[in-house]
Amino acid sequence: MTASSSFRICPTTGLKVDLGAQSLIRANAVAAVVFLAIGGAFGLSVALTRWPDVHLLPLDWFYLALTAHGLDVLLCWIIFFEIAVLYFAGAILLGCRLAAPRVAWVAFALMVVGAALANVTVLQGQSSVMFTSYVPMKAAPNFYLALIIFAVGALIACGVFFGTLVVAKEEKTYQGSVPLVTFGALTAAIIAVFTLASGAIILIPTYLWSLGLISNIDPLMYKLVWWAMGHSSQQINVSAHVAIWYAIAAIVLGAKPLSEKASRFAFLLYILFLQLASAHHLLVEPGLSSEWKIFNTSYAMYLAVLGSMIHALTVPGTVEAAQRKRGFDKGMFEWLRKAPWGNPAFAGMFLSLVMFGFLGGISGVVMGTEQINLMMHNTLYVPGHFHGTVVAGTTLAFMAVTYLLIPLVFQREVRFPRLARWQPYVFAIGVSGISLFMMGAGTLGVARRHWDITFADAALPYHYPTAAFLMLTLNGIFALLAGLGGLMYLVVVVGSVFFGKQTADSPVTRPAPAPASGAAVVGAYGSAGTLRIPGTVILVGVFFAAFVLYYFVNWKYLAEIWPLR
Amino acid sequence: MSIAPPSERLWWKQPMPRVEVAWIAIAFLWGLVMFFMMIYWHAVGRQNLANVTYRTTPEVFAAKADSMIEKYKVREEAGFPVVHPPPGSDVYLIARIWMWWPILELEKNQSYRLHLSSLDYSHGFSLQPVNINIQVQPGYEHVLTLTPNQAGQFGIVCNEYCGLGHHTMAGRIYVVDHS
Repeated sequence: MTASSSFRICPTTGLKVDLGAQSLIRANAVAAVVFLAIGGAFGLSVALTRWPDVHLLPLDWFYLALTAHGLDVLLCWIIFFEIAVLYFAGAILLGCRLAAPRVAWVAFALMVVGAALANVTVLQGQSSVMFTSYVPMKAAPNFYLALIIFAVGALIACGVFFGTLVVAKEEKTYQGSVPLVTFGALTAAIIAVFTLASGAIILIPTYLWSLGLISNIDPLMYKLVWWAMGHSSQQINVSAHVAIWYAIAAIVLGAKPLSEKASRFAFLLYILFLQLASAHHLLVEPGLSSEWKIFNTSYAMYLAVLGSMIHALTVPGTVEAAQRKRGFDKGMFEWLRKAPWGNPAFAGMFLSLVMFGFLGGISGVVMGTEQINLMMHNTLYVPGHFHGTVVAGTTLAFMAVTYLLIPLVFQREVRFPRLARWQPYVFAIGVSGISLFMMGAGTLGVARRHWDITFADAALPYHYPTAAFLMLTLNGIFALLAGLGGLMYLVVVVGSVFFGKQTADSPVTRPAPAPASGAAVVGAYGSAGTLRIPGTVILVGVFFAAFVLYYFVNWKYLAEIWPLR
Repeated sequence: MSIAPPSERLWWKQPMPRVEVAWIAIAFLWGLVMFFMMIYWHAVGRQNLANVTYRTTPEVFAAKADSMIEKYKVREEAGFPVVHPPPGSDVYLIARIWMWWPILELEKNQSYRLHLSSLDYSHGFSLQPVNINIQVQPGYEHVLTLTPNQAGQFGIVCNEYCGLGHHTMAGRIYVVDHS
């Protein structure tokens, strides 16, 4: 192969940017944002329908919007963006040309076709089967076909990423091991292959079933394999957004890992154990043993949770160490107070980190406990949890890194810097409200995916506690706030990408004075003896205390419900 | 930097900072605590699933439920039969679009073997306000031994989306206190 690609050197970071990769990153990121806008609008309409006094959508539109919301944000927005992240972490961080850009364009085309077909099919109205499409409820065949086409495209894109790693190694574009961020992206890509393969294994027969070529799909088998895609794909997001946390800390503050060993080990734990997570959705299912449930729901003995808990120390730790190195070394928290809170990339990253841990992380582990799940399965607690992970965690991290990609990859200045400055805060407050109030409603028993919790049309109505209605009202209000944050993001992105000033050498994000050489930083911290991160230790202590407390409080609640076995 | 190759080529030979080692140890131990807590609860807790499940078909399950209803029906409410089965007996609850059939009347502090199955789609048995949530699948007959320890009227909400009438799918359990 001839290395005929052309490169430019980014004036801000000094990174060598392959122009082929650059176009592909742009295309995937733009597609991602388009689907975020569509899916976000559907999501807002769902929240406004749940708001009892508004009750926006009619019955059939509610379930249609709910199906489309899941599809557009959970699948399209996130996977398109992840492909952009893979190409960035592969080609650009390694200073390498992208392997087979033509194939990457084919992958992109397939994903666009799949995503568009899925939306059209759902909008036709015969496929309001929710994102999970549990059999034996049947969608139009094109619904499954669209997902298969999308997944094949994403799988090919992962292949392009792997190919790029091989090319970089062959052509010796870097020395030693790949950067930590690339390692995290590689983790995401490996999990993605497992995930997308599981999706193919279940969706292909389901497609044939919807065409009438297969007579029966077992509902339990469907659920088991579907969630090997559905939940494991959330672990792609975790790996990707953790990699982005490290990337933002590095680009904005010049941070380096406390130790490569711990951070990489944590990613490795994801690869080894996260795929067991399908069990989280099967804890109150008939036909499975408790031994199976306990082993799988805990990722063997909480070994993937261990990975996330390691990052919970090492990510803020890397920020603290870098800040102390930059001179903010006074007391416990000067490093945090004087962090670049006005830089939306950093603010978004840190908010994402905190909310992912406190809202999404703790609730996920508690809900994934075999017996405690009895009190939470299929209540609004579940979407409350995953809006803490996928929206407050992943989406906010992706938004944050966008502010770096705009100058670096799109070569534009960030327009409306004031708006951009506030965007992560508005979105974060909105999303934390959505997450908390849905969890609150779920704790009060409110069912998820439910059009009318007043049961006005039911023969034997049940009345949820009044507090549940308050929770859903607050959920609606905070959804409006999150929607505003999403709109601010769109305005900044569209404004910058299409109407922003071309950057040559005046990017809006001011990275830390780049360390003269990597070696200079190493001397300062990273060695076992000299590292000081007392502020992080306190933050992690608070997190751990909240975790333990909330965990045991739920056991106490469990002990109070009707005995059953 | 995290976006550059490790500056130490043999990074895996570098010692980890003590704070990392300590935290990994704590987090690992906490994982073990949470893991063994689930097993411990199987030994001492009173809220566990026994995971007793049989293969069934909609026809067979509906027939079993009908014969129970015929035997123990005490009255009707809103077109639903109300069934008062004897304590300790097998109780059948049908999930179908869009109803829980029949209404059950149980006695406080007595145990019942509750059989759950669906005749069509997946449904979600959500007992409120107790907040016990169990998935109900067609083709599987899930048996739980349930001991109501409160008297009163309880709702069964369907919490798995099952089509456009999903929001009307609510049933009822009465628990009466004979003591």
